[in-house]
Formats: sequence, C-alpha cells, structure tokens
Amino acid sequence: MKRIYLDNNATTPQAPEVTEAMRPFFEEHFANPASTHREGQKVRHRLEAARARVAELIEASPEEIVFTSGGTESINLAILGAARKRPDGHIVTTAIEHAAGLEAVRRFEEEGGTATYVRSRSSGDIDPQAVIDAIRPDTVLVSVMHSNNETGVLQPIEPLARECNRRTILFHTDAAQSCGKISISVRETPVDLVSLAAHKFYGPKGVGALYIRKGIDLLPQMFGGGQQGSRRSGTEATALAVGMGRACELARSAPGSYLERIAPLRDRLERGLVAAYPGATVNGSNALRLPNTSSVRFPGIRGEEMVISLDLQGIAVSPGAACSSGAHRPSHVLIGMGLGADLARSSVRFSLGLYSLPEEIDRVLQVIPEITAGLRGMGNRMSTAAGKEGDRA
Amino acid sequence: MSGGVDSSVAAAILKRKGLDVVGLTMRLWGSSRPENSKRCCGDRDLADARAVAGHLDIPFYVLDFQEEFQREVVRPFALAYLQGRTPSPCILCNREVKFGRLQSLAEQLGATFLATGHYARVDREGEGERVRLRRGIDSGKDQSYFLFNLDQRQLRSLMLPIGDRTKAEVRRLAEEWELPVAAKEESQDLCFVSEGGYRAVIDQVVPGAGGKCGEIVDSGGRVLGTHDGIERFTVGQRRGLGISTEEPMYVISLQPERNRVVVGLRRETRRSGLVAEGVNWISFSRPPDSIEVTAKIRSRHPGAAARVRGGEGDRVHVEFREPQTGIAPGQAVVFYDGEEVLGGGWIRSSC
Repeated sequence: MKRIYLDNNATTPQAPEVTEAMRPFFEEHFANPASTHREGQKVRHRLEAARARVAELIEASPEEIVFTSGGTESINLAILGAARKRPDGHIVTTAIEHAAGLEAVRRFEEEGGTATYVRSRSSGDIDPQAVIDAIRPDTVLVSVMHSNNETGVLQPIEPLARECNRRTILFHTDAAQSCGKISISVRETPVDLVSLAAHKFYGPKGVGALYIRKGIDLLPQMFGGGQQGSRRSGTEATALAVGMGRACELARSAPGSYLERIAPLRDRLERGLVAAYPGATVNGSNALRLPNTSSVRFPGIRGEEMVISLDLQGIAVSPGAACSSGAHRPSHVLIGMGLGADLARSSVRFSLGLYSLPEEIDRVLQVIPEITAGLRGMGNRMSTAAGKEGDRA
Repeated sequence: MSGGVDSSVAAAILKRKGLDVVGLTMRLWGSSRPENSKRCCGDRDLADARAVAGHLDIPFYVLDFQEEFQREVVRPFALAYLQGRTPSPCILCNREVKFGRLQSLAEQLGATFLATGHYARVDREGEGERVRLRRGIDSGKDQSYFLFNLDQRQLRSLMLPIGDRTKAEVRRLAEEWELPVAAKEESQDLCFVSEGGYRAVIDQVVPGAGGKCGEIVDSGGRVLGTHDGIERFTVGQRRGLGISTEEPMYVISLQPERNRVVVGLRRETRRSGLVAEGVNWISFSRPPDSIEVTAKIRSRHPGAAARVRGGEGDRVHVEFREPQTGIAPGQAVVFYDGEEVLGGGWIRSSC
C-alpha cells in the first residue's frame, strides 16, 4: 500500500527540482567557493545566486543572508549573537518557542543573563502587549516565533516588530515553520533577525539561513576562516545552499499553493476528525493558523499510541513533538495553552504538504473511527478486568 | 524488545519464519538519566533494541509506560518492603504491564500474538483446550516462575520463541545472524533499581517512610539489638543483622506493626507449610481440592515436594514434605508438575 505522509512540519520531502539543482555540486562543482581559481569562481557565482534566491523569498538583500547548518544554528546565532554582546542583559521570549530558541535563551541565563518567558493565551497565540510589558531597560533582544510548529498558530510578529523597532531593541523571529508556507517580508515587517530552515519547505536537511538586517552586528558564534563576512566562518555547504536557493525559488513561484490548495484539504481533514470522535478538538482553532497544520486532541487516547496505530496503517503523523528517547512528556506548547497533561498527551499533529492529495485525506478519515474506538481509554485499562473475562471464555 | 540478546533473538526467529513482526519497547523508568543508562530501560538498551529492529527491518516503537509502571509495579514494590514483605516486581510487571497494558495495546495495533524473550514454553493443544505453560528447555535459565499468574487469554496470544532453546544456542544464533547485541552481557538486576539501591526507590515512592529504627528480637522476644528499618530485611537473610551471637542468626519473620525484626537459629527458619493467596491456576479451570506438586518459593529455589489444598476463595495451603527455609511473604510460590506450571500464588504467611 502506498504510504501517506502527513508529517510535513517535521520535515518535507525534497522537491525533485531541488535534488536536480544540487546534483552538479556533488560532481563538477566541487570547488571551494573561496578559492581564487576558475573552479572556485564558478561555484562562488552559483552560491551567491542561491543567496539571492533566499533573500528574494523574504524581500531582503543577498548580503543580509547568512547560510547556516539549519534552523537550530540560525536561532542560536541570532539569540546568542545578539545577547552575548551584553552578558548581563535581558531577553524577552515566549514559553512556546521551539527547543532551539528555549535552550539558547536558557544558555544565556546560565551565563549570567536574564530572561522573561511570556506565556501564550489559551488560543495558542501570544498577547503582544504581554511581550511589550515584559521589556525592560536592559532588554537586548525580543525573540518570538513566527508560527508555532505544533499548533501552527501564527504569532503577532507585525506589532511586536514595530514596537521593538521604535524602541531600538533587536527583534528576532524563528520563521522555520512559516517560511515557504505563507509570505514573509522583511521590507513590510521591520524584523531584525529571521531564522529559516530549508527542509521545512522541500529543501535539503542540514542547511538554513539567518536574515540579519543591514547595519546589525552580531557576535559570531563560529570562528575560523572568516567566510560570509566573518558572521559564520566555515566553508559553505555549497550543494545544500544551492538546494535551499532552489527551494526558495519554487516557493516564490507558487505563492498561493498552500492557501488555495492545502488549506481546504486541511479544513476537510479537521471537520472529519472532529466528527469521527466525540470530544475531538482542534488545538488553537480560535487563532489564525498556518494553512497546513492540524493539532487535534482526542480525549481518552494517548497521542503517541494513535501515531503508532496510524503508522501501521500506512499513515505517518506525529504526536505533539518528536522525541527519540520514547519518553513522552506532554507538550510544553499545549500545556502552556492551559490543557491538562492528559489532554496535551492526547494530541496528534497532522501536517499537510504540497504533495498531499485529497484521496489521502479520505483514507485517513476512513481509518480514524476504528483506530480511535480501539485505543480509547487504553491508558487506564490494566490487565485485571480483561484477564478475568478471558478466564471465563 | 528490551535491547538484550533474548528478546532480540526472539524477534529474529519470528521474522525469519516470515511473520509480520512489529518491535515494541517499553520505557518504564527514568528518562535520559545517565545513571540509568546501563539499566534495562535505559537509553542504551533502547538504542540497542532500535538497532536490532533496524537490522531486522521491522517497524519499531517505544511505548512510554512510566506512569503505569510507577503505579502498578514500583509503588507496590516499595509498599511491600515497608510492610515487611519481599516483593516480586517482575511478576507484577509481567501481569500488569507486559501482559496487561502492552498486550492489549498490541491487540489494538492489530497483533495476533505478543512474543517475548522469556525462557518458558506455551502449549496450545488445540481448540477449546486450556493453554499450558511449561519450563524453558534450559533449566539454568528457566523463567516460567515469573509467568505463573498469566490467565488463559494472555497465554493464548503469547509466543515464546526461545523457550525451546538454550541460552548458548540463543547466543550462537545472535552471532550467526549478526544481531548488533550478540556480544552483550546479561542484565541481572531489577531494571528500575539504580545506584542508590532499592532503599532509594522506597524513599522516592514514600519519602521518609523508610529507615525507622526498631528492635531485633529472638523468637522469645528477647531484644538482641536494633535495626534501622524493616524494609532492609528479608526472611531467611543472615548477613547485615549487626548483632553478635554465638551461632549465626537468620531473619525468621518481620513484624511491621511492631517494627520488629525477629531472628533465630537456622532450624527456626524452617517451616513446614505456607498460605498463599491470589492463586492462579493455569492448568485447571476449577481449583483442585488437593494436589501433589513441586513448589518453588522464590525464583532461585530448586523446588520442593508439597501438597496443595484448596482454602477459602483464592487461598491455598501448601504443606511441604520437608520443611523449607526462607519462606518470605510477598514472594510468589509456583506449583509445578514436572515441566508444567500448574499455577501459583502469593505467599501470605508461613506456618
């Protein structure tokens, strides 16, 4: 049976066009882009073209784009590169950031800085006023994610960017989950730092970018040969950067795809899920959300068991957040929205992508009733009752 | 799949038979704590189980049963010690978690059988017959004792692929099939008891409840010394009493209500019988009135000839042909007829 992939917020498949664009860089275009010779020059030229493609997607200039090894590095460079300039400074962030953001801020706290973690409202979005109220005279950075990876809820970037801009406080947004799905313009929204990850929009894994507004000077977090204007030393991963450039180009060439094609599919999926199981509720449904993400809670079911069940039926989805160790702590995002641990743990995330098809949604809705009926209440059921029954049989 | 050799080979055998195998690992205790990394449910074993599943190319999932394990196994384990009993957590885990929670989930996931790496054998004679449980072929590794309280439903869907092999064979198969865990050493201890020992577990479950000083007395009530918590003692224990006597003394009983440890000479630890409760008969649909068995009173006990007589409810009286030492309340007594596990129960008291 053909498998159905609905975990595009974890990562997307790589677009064939991206793979195609990368191929020469494993073969003839192997040279170091920093080299003087013709081989190096040719690679350099293509690398810079890729940088321009990334810049275009968010309406930035190429020199404002630094390639990194991915979203996590971009976020670390943004947060620590800004905050470490004033080691006893203060960061305002939110309690629903991706782990990369939370852990970088925690690291800054361990080094002697301070931080305020603004909680989300029960709708899953951050109250911009709460962020503004948390700003202090010693605040060096405000960092708020563009959209949440678990619920897809969009955050109030626009008013926050404006307010920080007015107060000349650096503003960073982690746009890893938004980029390529909805339009982002650093020309319209005065953000200072934007983190991007290629593999969330059909680019390769292992590459990301940080937008650094012209005139902003971050403390580098990687030292060496001074590549990329000394902002990120290390020979550029040319194949990956070119792949990211191509992915940006593809995203820009079809800007309405998600809203026009994927959002209706997602909405149909949600309606079907809510109808299929009593009490099923979409997390964050009262807020504006990404067009592809559905975080749905199924009271009485453990999300991770539903994920296994769906997987064995050929459908790949995810509980709130992936965890390789198998210890499923309830999601900090859902807990932050006021859900109890059990409800948070009952959530499953369906994230559609540009390759999702209507018949795939049909198939999900077809298997859900049986799966949910079987798993319901499993968590509280132990052997004794079932066993006694069996003895009589 | 625990990440050990036995369950890995069990999975490999089934896969090689052409069955549709899904690997499941239970996370029962601790998460990402370095001090637990070498234990049964530590990250290392989890990574090993995953590696074996990858090697066999089977789907593999980790189930977080920490809550259930805490509630059904760890807590009763700690309470038993505090009440002067010697718990058998693996048996509780088997019944409640492995063949309870895990088995029902496996069923929901569409599994027909649940297979484990236990050294024991399941006999399915035919339709309508009772499923029987027998010892593993390898008498040194036999684990049937730990499975005595499975019911018919649990046994019917149980597969024990290595029960008819010896440990040496299992290890050889692991090597021959190049399983990533072929060279791994045996795990012996309780998975959830780490460096701090079981007293640390007790303290975590009921903080401050352990370590209550009390008297050590002989059977005549004479005070011989003091102890620092009855949870530190097991019936039959000789070492660590901290009293000096001419002849070696053994723990003969624990009196939780008086917080006393009663000790005596070796002959005083001998008991001619016991009362067991929570009895589960595997081989019989109705409890026998009286039956000759070989009774095992702890996992390493060689077994002793005994007569089991039915008592009130799910209780039985066990009379040994020869008196036995170290009959510890809280441990399981399992009844055998040769190779076959007839049933078993929990030791309530000796007499």
